[in-house]
Parts: sequence; structure tokens; C-alpha cells
Amino acid sequence: MTTALCDLPARELARRVRKGEARAGDILESALARIGAVEGRAPSPEAYLSQADDRTKVHAFITQTVDRARRQADEIDKRVRKGEDPGTLAGVPLAVKDIFCVRDTLSTAGSRILANFRAPYSATAVERLEAAGAVTIGKVNLDEFAFGSSSESSAFLPPPGNPWDPTRVPGGSSGGSAAAVAAGEAALSLGTDTAGSIRQPAAFCGVVGLKPTYGRVSRYGLIAFASSLDCPSIAARTVGDAALALQVIAGADSHDATAAAVPVPDYSERLEAGVAGLRIGLSPDYFRLRYPDPATGEVRDQSIEPDIEAAVRRAAETLAAAGAEIIEGVPMPNTRFGIPAYFVISRVEAASNLHRYDGIKYGYRHPGTVAEVSELYRRSRGRGFGVQPKLRILMGMYVSAEQYEQGYYQQALRVRTLIRRDFEAAFDPGGASRLDALLTPTTPTTAFEIGALYGDSVLMQYADLLTVPANHAGVPGLSIPGGLDHRGLPIGVQLLGPDFAEGALLRIGRALEALTAHEPWRATRPRVLEGLGA
Amino acid sequence: MMVDYEPVIGLETHIQLNTLSKIFCACKADSWGEPPNSNICPVCTGLPGVLPVLNELAVEKAARLAAAVGAEAIHEESYFARKNYFYPDLPKGYQISQYDEPLATGGTFELPLPDGSLRRVRIRKLHLEEDAGKTVQQPGRRWIDFNRCGVPLVEMVTGPDLRSADEAAGYLIRLRQLLRWLGISEGDMEKGQLRCDANVSLRPAGTDILNPKTEIKNVNSIENVRQAIQAEIARQRRQLESGGTIEAWTLDWDEETGTLRKMRSKETEADYRYFREPDLLSIHLAPEWRAQILADLPELPLARRQRFVEAYGLPAYDAEILTEERSLSDYFEQAVGALGGESKSVSNWMMNDVLRLLRERGLYAGQLRLTPADLAAIIRMVDKGIITTNTGKDLLAKVEDRGRRPEEIVRAEGLGQVSDEEALRALAQTVLAENPEQVSAYRAGKATLIGWFVGQVMRRSEGKADPQKTREILDQLLSS
Repeated sequence: MTTALCDLPARELARRVRKGEARAGDILESALARIGAVEGRAPSPEAYLSQADDRTKVHAFITQTVDRARRQADEIDKRVRKGEDPGTLAGVPLAVKDIFCVRDTLSTAGSRILANFRAPYSATAVERLEAAGAVTIGKVNLDEFAFGSSSESSAFLPPPGNPWDPTRVPGGSSGGSAAAVAAGEAALSLGTDTAGSIRQPAAFCGVVGLKPTYGRVSRYGLIAFASSLDCPSIAARTVGDAALALQVIAGADSHDATAAAVPVPDYSERLEAGVAGLRIGLSPDYFRLRYPDPATGEVRDQSIEPDIEAAVRRAAETLAAAGAEIIEGVPMPNTRFGIPAYFVISRVEAASNLHRYDGIKYGYRHPGTVAEVSELYRRSRGRGFGVQPKLRILMGMYVSAEQYEQGYYQQALRVRTLIRRDFEAAFDPGGASRLDALLTPTTPTTAFEIGALYGDSVLMQYADLLTVPANHAGVPGLSIPGGLDHRGLPIGVQLLGPDFAEGALLRIGRALEALTAHEPWRATRPRVLEGLGA
Repeated sequence: MMVDYEPVIGLETHIQLNTLSKIFCACKADSWGEPPNSNICPVCTGLPGVLPVLNELAVEKAARLAAAVGAEAIHEESYFARKNYFYPDLPKGYQISQYDEPLATGGTFELPLPDGSLRRVRIRKLHLEEDAGKTVQQPGRRWIDFNRCGVPLVEMVTGPDLRSADEAAGYLIRLRQLLRWLGISEGDMEKGQLRCDANVSLRPAGTDILNPKTEIKNVNSIENVRQAIQAEIARQRRQLESGGTIEAWTLDWDEETGTLRKMRSKETEADYRYFREPDLLSIHLAPEWRAQILADLPELPLARRQRFVEAYGLPAYDAEILTEERSLSDYFEQAVGALGGESKSVSNWMMNDVLRLLRERGLYAGQLRLTPADLAAIIRMVDKGIITTNTGKDLLAKVEDRGRRPEEIVRAEGLGQVSDEEALRALAQTVLAENPEQVSAYRAGKATLIGWFVGQVMRRSEGKADPQKTREILDQLLSS
């Protein structure tokens, strides 16, 4: 099988464009042809009636910005002809999770309440990617306001399918991002990660997902879900591409006070430096899941899927063989509290962040006349929001009410501090473990079937059990493909590191990628690509 | 027996800081007189995805105010919270406001009372917050203007320490003076730069209990605050005297009719579900920054008033007037300095003539082109007899209009007093020669005509003749 332009890594595409070996316009057309082949019907906010092909296609894009993309590609090709620098991502097709504002495009957050919202400005991360030459080909699907782990809660249906098996979810909330990248519809996707929202879909779709340190990338223009946890994040097909994209979007921003003024290192420079001498930890707390039974409240222990545990152990062996020191038994005792604390914190912040959608200024507005403005709110929000926002508003309002706030919200913040301390201890250069990174599974399971968990928000939430601690702690996390399970579904392995240690994670990830390059599973391609020519 | 009631009043003020830009975005802070929704951006209108970025100048101005009211603590770390509620002119659905960890706590505002004593008004807290927009109601329609969204405000709340409507008005006058003095707000209530809600209750005089209070809102001038509180005190007194009780109402002042209207009962407090604003870092007032902010904190009005009495021997009345506004008091001191003393003379010139000039032109002393050195020069020329008092007074406006030094104007226009013997004698001789009848009358004993002769000489000299010398010369000529 020959490789289409759109299947090449971003790094290679940009190299070719910069050297005049490929035109941005041709790359774009290649990506659009791929979209035409695998995408299927466009998700829509109209009443959903499932159709036969819905479970065979990807349905990643809520909006395709073809005209805008062609203008961008033309501009890049012109710059190359004039001998100007077209940027480090010149001509790279980019899919933007529809939770980012992109100037003059619909920016829906996957919600009916913003279905008609055309952003008058671009998010900082988008602006930086486009300034580096990336070509935005469209806005991709997600759980409504990123509230979920399967992308099924979007108001825009059909939901995205997993390119490896479209009857299964691509994960979420950045499901459209991971699916589009896995299917070659885009080389890169800008997504977000609030509890695992880039890493879990990356794991499910067999791509690389990078959640940077909180504050590494500006949140300006990211439609807020849980402001203290949200991180602009990257889905890519290679570790090197993730490094390239992070390079472009990282750094302080005058529009975001929480974007750190920490210098941005060269993430590609040490990418091939290998893992010799690095201390990489394994924690038993990431191989068994402890969570309260939703029915009884009783704490249950459950192991993760054996294929996943085996993949992580195999990765550890590979790294050890390459000279890394593997530290077993690293205690991360507060991991189990990650989901309950997240449940509270994210909902309090989400309820507040959703206040602004009131039908007054933009977005969905109840069309009839009303006697009271409160009636306008009720009707606009009642019809504009799907079930997930409503549940989160109710829960968020409840736990932040004056009489409960101490018991829930303040308690959750204390738990969050404990989780942070687990990481500080593990990475403490003077501590017992002195880790450069922690190696864990990304998810407890591989991709589940569409409809299997949807409707059970508690169980759904536990899909994020192994990813959410990094969001609480603010530390960076990287999920990379680690093999396929017995059903042929991708497995993700996760690397977690100390604040601003993205460089080290990328280096370890790249080593693992290079060391497994010749393993048979690496040659396997997602099912939706079967039978496609170049 | 009739109970003697004592009013217990506390004021909650909102002060609009005169920063250039809004508190969390780059829009201009001041939109006074501008068309609705002309001074807005994605941030202050709460578009999806936007984030606030703190304007540090607002912190600096608030910290200066805190220091000026003697805050017990200006905290090194303070935080913003979200106050969540729905209102059409609140675009984010929450107001970013400091809450449980404000910039400053404690403090005292010293309010001089007419009897010469000081009322020490406790300041409970002082915090930063953003303003909301403005809603204009029309039948069947609401218009929303977001221009004011994100304007930096300081909320400053007093203890229940004021005892009359006059004291409340006095507090606001002094607060406005302080705000202008510190250069942090114009404090103009009519323009909403200073807003005030008044909490009013009554108690039997001599007790220290706190009874249920009512809150008066929407009062937009100091005089209206006085009237509204007066009306509410009277209403509560009638209510209590007729055996009724006071309920915790929120009252709306209707300026047109001069009456209070019940807005709502306050039995149930709204739950704003405050939590810390995750989009902003704490305000870290590092010791160096704090020192820099407070380094040039000026001498405060009451201290300066006292010093004017003691150091310059000014009457209390003069000292009060001259310290009403900071640049006026600076002006006074600089003029006295330039003149090398003569503080009472400077005070007289300022109280009469400079203040009139300021009023006519609508300026602050600090904005005058007529510098303190110019005023000193004019006073000196008058004292030395180089120009007449009237010429001196006219010069004030001329210097202001032309921006030239008074000496230059005197020279260029020949305004100097004619005190030259020869010139005056020549003028006097002409006048006498032209008016033989009056000369005869004078010589016949009508001595009062001397004034008329002086006047004639003055007229011919265009007001520049030294009146003293002119009289002497006329005396000589007429008696010879």
C-alpha cells in the first residue's frame, strides 16, 4: 500500500513544503480526499435518526472550513515561492476541537446553545498554530462542552466513530481530534484535556496525546469547562509531531494570567537522546482501580484489562533494555480519590462557566415572547443545553451552595493537594523514588462500544481514573500507542512527569516509539483505512 | 415617656477607579457620554473562551486608598472570587470580586464634625471588583449597555458608625475629597464614579444594640443620600413610635418624588456560590511593590489642614478652603515658597481671586497655566507698587489666557504703575489746565474734588498712575 500525503507526519509535510517539494495546496486536497472517503455524513444538531453507515464512518467534523483552508494553503505556497519562511508547520492539516474559538468560524462546543455562534476572535493556541503555517481544515466533534469520555454527548450527531472500529467510541472528550488524526483526516489536532480528554481518546485511537503542564499553553479562546483543570492539548501520529506542535503553542500569553512565563525549551533538540540513566517508575496504584460501587457506595478493587497491564510492563522492559532504570512500587496512594474530587471541582467550575449562556448575547435564544427575563433564561437554557450540561449544572450548584460548600468543594480542594503531593514525592530529586517520569496505563480499558456506558455518568467518569490525577496536580502527561489488545484495539501507555518536564516525556515517548517501530502491531492500520488507495 | 432614638448608619460605597483601561481587559475604563456598547471587547462582554487579566494599576490605586484610610492590613496575598448570579447586564453570569480574602481589612475614616470633634468611622473591608453593565427598562423592552462592564471598582464598607443624615453626607464629601486627593477617582456621584448604599436603623439613644436595618439603594448624589436617609429615619421613627417593627427591606430612592419605595424583602439572602476565580492568580503585593505604591502617598487632607493652621498661621477657615483639593493646597505652598513668606497675603489672593478664576474656568489649581511662581510675582509687584492691585487682579486672567510670565505682560503692555515724578506731574498739569472751573472750586474750599482730580489722572494713565504719588503731586500743584 502506498502512503498518501495526508498520512505523512506533520514534520515531514512541513519539511517538504518548506523545501518546495510539496505544495500546501496538494496536502490539503489529499486531506480533503481522505475526509471524503472516511468521514460519512456530517454531525448535525437536528433530531438524530441513526442510519446504516453511521457505524462505519468517522463523523469527526462538525464544521469543515474548506474555503478558509484553501486560502491559507494558497498563502503558504505563495510565501514559499517568494522565498519567505512559511513557518515550522507549513501546510500541516490541522483539526481544531470545536471548543476553541476560531475567528469567523462556528465555534459550537458541541452544544445546541452555541450551534450558531461564530467566534469574532481566535484562541491563542489556534492563532499560534496558524501563524506557524498550519492549515485549519475544520472543527471536530467532542462531548458537549467537553463533558464526557466518549464524545457521545455532543449535540451534533452521529457521534464520531473510532477509526479502528467505528462501532466503538473514539473516547472523549477530544474524540473527534483523535479520530481525525488516526484516520489521516488531519496530521495534527488541537484538543483539550481536563481529566484525560486528549490522552484517553489518543489511547483509544492509537495516536499520541500530549497534555502539557497547566499554564504551559494559554487557555485564551478555549471555551471553559473546568478552568483550573483545562489544558490545551495535542493529538498527533508521532511523538515528534507532538513536540513540534507544542513548540509552537507553548509560552506566556498576555491574554491569560495563568499561562506561565517559564521559558520554552527546544522540544525537538533532545528528542532522540534516548533513555539511558533516566529513572522511570511504575506504581501499583495505577494497575488496580479502586472506586466506590455506584449502587452500594462500597469501595471496590478492580484490575485493569490484562492486555493493557501487559503492554505497560512490556514498555517498561523495552525502556529498561535501552538503559532506563525502572523503579517499581512507587506509592501514589491518593490516585483513587482523583475521580470523586474531580467530580466536585469540575462541576462547581463548570456550572459557573455555563452561566454566561443565557440567551441574551449570543447563541441559542428561546424564540417566543416571555413575560419575565428569568423565563427567557429557563427556556433558552432548557432547550439549548443537553443532558450533560444540565446534570453538571445541577451537581455544581448543589455542591457549591453555601451550606454544602465546605463539605464538598473545600474538601475536594484538600484532596487535590494530596494528589499533588503524591507527584511531588515521586519526582522529588531528594526523595525515595527520584523519578524522571511515571509509566502507567492511560486507560483501564480499550475503546468501548458506542452506547455501552453512555447514560451512566459515574461509570463513564471512571474511564478517566488514570488520567485525572495529572490534571489535579497540573503536571504534564503523554499517552503513546503501546500495542493492540486481543480484539485489535489500540492500547495507550502514559508517561507522567514533573511540572514543565514535557521535554523529558517526549524524549522517553520517542524512545519507546523508535524501539517498537518494527513490531508487527505498528504496521496495523485503522479499519476505516482498509481498501483505501493512496 | 417618649424614647429618644439615635440613628445608626453604615455606608457601602463603590468607587470607580480612574485607571486608563478596565480591570480585566484593554478597553478604556471611562465611557461617560459614549454611545451604548461602543467601548467593549470579547473579554468584558464575556464571550465564550475569554479570560481576565488583571490591570495592576487598579491594585495600586486601591492599595493607596487602603493606606489612606489606615487599613489595619493591606494583605500581601489577596484573591478574586466569582460571585455567581444571573442578570442580563452581567455578561459572564458571575461578577469577579474579592470576597473572603480582600485586598485590605480594617481601618478608620476620620470625619471632622461641625463642632470641631472627629467621628471615627470604622472601615470594615476594602476590596476590588469589576462593574457590571447597565440596564435601561422600557415598557416591553430592556436595553443593555455593556460599556461599564469591567470598570474597576473598590467596594469600601463602613461600620455602623454614622449618627445622622448630615454625617453620612459629610462622610461622602470627605471621601470624595480623599479620592481626588489621592488621584484615584473623580468621585462624582452624578456620573456613577461614587455610588452609595445606606444601611439605616434606629436604637434608643445611649444603647449599643443593633436593630434590623433597611438598605437604601440607587441614590445618585450626596444631597439625595442626605434626603433619603432623613426620610428613612423619619419613617422608622414613626413606625417605632406607633408600636411597629422595622423589617429588613431594601428601599429604592425615587429622586423625582423624594420618596422611598420598597424594592424587596430581604428575609432570604441570595446564595452567590462564591468560589475562588480560577482564571486569575492571587494578587501578590510583594513588599517592594507595596513600598513603591505607598512611597509617594501624599500628606492627607486633615493633616495638611492642621499644618496650614500651625505652620502658616492661617485661620481655620482659610486652611479648610485651601485644603479642599490637593493641587490647590500644593499651589498655596508653592506660592508662599516663591514669595518667601506672606502666607496670609497669598491666602487672600487665592481665596478671592484664584478660586474665582478656577470656578470660572472649571479647572483645578494644578491645571492652571498661571503658576504659583506667577502668582507670587504678581503679589510682589503689587506689594512693591510696580502695579496697582487692580492691575494685579487683571493680570491673573491674562497670564492664564496667554501662558506668558506676568513680568513680560506688564512690560509689553506698559502696565507698570506710573510713579515717575515727571510723568505724573505732566499728567496732573494737563488735567488742571483743562479743568479751570474745578480748580477754582477746589481753591474756593471744595476739598473733596481732590479725589476727582486723582481719578482724572488715573484715567489718562489708563489706571497705571500710582494713586498715592498722584495725590501728593496734585496737592502740591493746587496749593502752589
